[in-house]
Amino acid sequence: MTVQTAEPRADGAAASYRPGKTLTFATEFRRQFTRRRTQWTLGLLALLPLVLLIAFEVGGSSSEGGNDGGGFDAMADLGTAGAANFTLFAMLVSSTFLMVVVFAMFCGDTVAGEASWGSLRYLLATPVPRGRLLSVKLAVALAYCALSMVVLTGMSIVVGGIAYGWGPLRAPLGGEIASPEALWRVLAVAGYLAVTLLVVAGLAFLLSVLTDAPLGAVGGAVLLFIVSNILDAVTALGDLRDILPTRYTTAWLGLLSPSAQTDDMVRGVVVALVYGTVFSAIAFWRFTRKDVTS
Amino acid sequence: MRKWLAKRRAWVIAAAVLLAVAGGAFVWQQATGPGGFEKHEERLTVSSGPGRAEPIALDTAFYVPDQTPAPAVLLAHGFGGTKDSVDAQAAELAGAGYAVLTYTARGFGESEGTIHLNQPDFEVNDARGLLDWLAGREEVELDRAGDPRVAAVGGSYGGALALLLAGYDERVDAVVPQITWNDLSTALFPNNLATAPTGPFETDQPHDGVLKRTWAGLFFATGMAGGGGFFGAGNGAPPADPSKYDPACGRWDPSVCAVYQRIVASGELDEEAMTLLDGASPKTILDRITAPTLLVQGEADTLFGLDQADANARGITGAPVRVAWYAGGHDATGPEGDRDRVNLLTGQWLNHYLKGEGDVPGESFTYSTVTGVRNQQLDMSTLGYVADAYPGLDGSTSSAIALSGPPQAIASPPNGTPAALSSLPSMGSLSSLVSSGLSLDLPGQFAAFQSEALTAPLEITGAPTVSVKAASPTGEATLYFKLYDVSDDGGATLPNGLIAPVKLTGLPTDIAAATPVQVRLPGIAHRFEAGHRLRLVIATADQAYANPVEPVTYQVAVDGPLAAPSVTADVLPSEDSLWMIALIVVLIAIPGGILAAWLIARYRGRRRDRSVHAPDADTPLVVSDLRKTYKDGFVAVDGVDFRVERGQVVGLLGPNGAGKTTTLRTLMGLLQPTGGTMTVFGHKVGPGAPVLSRLGALVEGPGLLPHLSGMDNLRLYWRSTGRPIEEAHLDEVVKIADLGDRIDRKVRKYSHGMKQRVAIAQAMLGLPELLVLDEPTDGLDPPQIAEMRRVLHDYARDGRAVLVSSHLLAEVEQTCTHVVVMSRGRVVGAGEVADVIGTGTGARLEDAFLTLVENVGSRT
Repeated sequence: MTVQTAEPRADGAAASYRPGKTLTFATEFRRQFTRRRTQWTLGLLALLPLVLLIAFEVGGSSSEGGNDGGGFDAMADLGTAGAANFTLFAMLVSSTFLMVVVFAMFCGDTVAGEASWGSLRYLLATPVPRGRLLSVKLAVALAYCALSMVVLTGMSIVVGGIAYGWGPLRAPLGGEIASPEALWRVLAVAGYLAVTLLVVAGLAFLLSVLTDAPLGAVGGAVLLFIVSNILDAVTALGDLRDILPTRYTTAWLGLLSPSAQTDDMVRGVVVALVYGTVFSAIAFWRFTRKDVTS
Repeated sequence: MRKWLAKRRAWVIAAAVLLAVAGGAFVWQQATGPGGFEKHEERLTVSSGPGRAEPIALDTAFYVPDQTPAPAVLLAHGFGGTKDSVDAQAAELAGAGYAVLTYTARGFGESEGTIHLNQPDFEVNDARGLLDWLAGREEVELDRAGDPRVAAVGGSYGGALALLLAGYDERVDAVVPQITWNDLSTALFPNNLATAPTGPFETDQPHDGVLKRTWAGLFFATGMAGGGGFFGAGNGAPPADPSKYDPACGRWDPSVCAVYQRIVASGELDEEAMTLLDGASPKTILDRITAPTLLVQGEADTLFGLDQADANARGITGAPVRVAWYAGGHDATGPEGDRDRVNLLTGQWLNHYLKGEGDVPGESFTYSTVTGVRNQQLDMSTLGYVADAYPGLDGSTSSAIALSGPPQAIASPPNGTPAALSSLPSMGSLSSLVSSGLSLDLPGQFAAFQSEALTAPLEITGAPTVSVKAASPTGEATLYFKLYDVSDDGGATLPNGLIAPVKLTGLPTDIAAATPVQVRLPGIAHRFEAGHRLRLVIATADQAYANPVEPVTYQVAVDGPLAAPSVTADVLPSEDSLWMIALIVVLIAIPGGILAAWLIARYRGRRRDRSVHAPDADTPLVVSDLRKTYKDGFVAVDGVDFRVERGQVVGLLGPNGAGKTTTLRTLMGLLQPTGGTMTVFGHKVGPGAPVLSRLGALVEGPGLLPHLSGMDNLRLYWRSTGRPIEEAHLDEVVKIADLGDRIDRKVRKYSHGMKQRVAIAQAMLGLPELLVLDEPTDGLDPPQIAEMRRVLHDYARDGRAVLVSSHLLAEVEQTCTHVVVMSRGRVVGAGEVADVIGTGTGARLEDAFLTLVENVGSRT
């Protein structure tokens, strides 16, 4: 054994240590990717369109009683109209719960998971500066959220296109949107959904910093999402509902009419970004000051 | 109290912030929200009836604003309502500074009298009596004695009353009639022949049309109930006083009731009925109106269509008129944005013509087209347009759309059943919005004429006209005209479920001999997308109308193109422009905030003291007067001093709760000390201190990723330090920790001891100059413990240092060169192992330890 020969730096660090090189995005991305949880989630999202396809094929067309006029059933009836409609249906069925859980998991588990393994203290003693640790963790978690959205959307487009062709998007209220435009609309819907879910992501991330139990962080974020949905259903709350984080989660339906309606989407983006940012900012404020005891 | 506050500081701050936000919102709401008002309910007796000689008691509510005298608004309710059904609107107007009088019309609710359907002698005189009353109130601003400054506002039944009142009483200063009629006879017996107008103030229809049976029935049934909503007592509840209840007429006046029964039974208007309906129709008095009039009409209205408002607009020649259409009406409430627009226009109108504030509203024309849904609740989204002036139902421009199709024979069913379904009157959005799924034409009963696919979007704003020919063996025909929007996939939508009935007489039996007639289709504001087709359907029966009884087969043909009116208009700016600004602000503020936070963090990082305390520059660890008090007030470490020099293996001893773990956590930068310092090679330790990179630690058990192998854990951990892999000395460390070939299995499957050894290896990665191990022998077997002892000795020999904390005193005695004994947060003994043993009574470290610890116990 030999004592390290290189001279330490002026700030006392080991010669080769640079705060800015600790726990890089790539490293954290790899750390998370090696987890079964990540692989299963992405895999299942990739499989979901196939499951839907099989369901459509086995169940056949169920357009009986087409006078319901509701968004959901109208979308289900149109699900086999082409790649765009198929993708929209896949997003409709997954956006209300599945993607909420996925976003909550990627962002809620990221810090609390390390805390529960005990590896968080070793990362901090490396030392990875706390702000950097949190930034990288948030960036990677959001990257996985985005990736899951891309996987779901991409697979749906491919599966839907192969099974039902690349026809125009048929809007639930009548009207059609031609193919190249339809693709942009579908991508915009996916983007909008991802943005609205930033509320869940931000909250899960905050809870992740506050607790050592990953399940608590994920469950807490999902719970709040559900509570917000319930409050949204209470019409007696009136205008107060306009600032609920889940108020505008279905505003993307506005993109499905031949001339896109974006008023509610603008509101939704503002509300989601504000909530997401506030939650994340509190997470940073808290984590850079707290005593890590896990 | 202070302590309590300190303990719960975060909660106190959060509560304070919440309170501040709530308080701010309250103040803002108070400052910008509507003003207050007082509401007085009263039964007023006014002079009414022919010659205004009969007293009648009306149920009223008077809303007095904070500031008086104020201009007044007489707010009339719709058919079947009471004063309570306009309470919200009245409150809003009162909040805006108007003295609002609402009342229940005669024949409804608590008011006396019978329903005369807005006859000048009755309902109109009632309202004039109320104007007299307003003129006598000190809360109401007067134009002159007996003449209050007042506007008449109302929807449907109330809207017609407002117009009639303005015609009969020149004291009215502004009128805002909404979704109401011009001519009740053409509204209930429409005949959409585009003949020359019979008078300047009327719809351009002849008077002998087709009875709008369903609406007429609903209208009458509502009057039977006499208030309490559209379907009134339709829940089967018995009338309050059965002996006084007229089962045939309810609260309708017997004269009106008799006419109703006659015309509905026959399906035809007669002279007496015409006189009655004309009396109740604003068309007769439009030329007398001098009050500025804002006409609001609904696009989703199968009862009073856009043609009724059009006739009113043409008839009022003595006052400014403004027309606004919105995507609601008797069939749908309309989207929020449209209702907001109507409220805004109403507010502007009253503000200028009653209060004299604000610019002249102008005579521009606003309308909206439904463009889709905005969310899952199926709220419609609309696009608003504004044009300089109201162009009428023929639009400002017109395009000819060729329709193709041969002459077709269509059968009118016996007694009008089965009949096509176009709308469900008063069933809200059900009737019109989802008309694609609802409207239904029956085979054999309709002829269709279709255009080519549109090459560009076509916006029809107004009432299209088309020339048709018809032949009938009886010489007469009742036909229903519908204009469908047919999408590329064949789906057909009937905009708002609107249809145009036509009654033709004097027809030849052979279509070749027929002369063309002009038919005016319903007024719409609808966008036909490119690629869509227009389909004109001519049907023989409709469920909403009284169809002919005798079966007959007609022949119909289209003669020439459809004239589709359009309006040159600009898109109204979205009401959500504030949100758009908010979006831009957010999109700028968030990256800006992140950048600012990063710069501040960087600046603070630079300013932080990373300098070296020269005397200790070569000392691996100096702890001086370290203190740590946790948030809950627990004092874990209370002034600890000790040193670890190069070449030493120092044992940190102490019973549970002595403060060992807190000391080690602080050393790792996990805790912020409350006092004192800790320096590693002369550099102060704190969260993220760079000098920590020269320290390796195993504190409170391993922290490994269970889904990876031991080897991957080590590699990935080193990778996260960002340092070159050669410096890790991976092979050496793996050998030292005796990890063997199990190193490639998943950590999840490891035994306790194996995990412990991987963790020790992780702490040793890079061969740090100060190695901190907390209970390193936990889980190791005796040979491994012996090996570990040797390893630590060797490790320290090269000028490195090791700090070991342990409960196993015998182990420490054999491994360490020095010990530090802690108890209750303090150091109670320190020095070389032999010296410390000397302070005790026996020959073992254990004896000395117990003595030291007990001494502390007895001292405190």
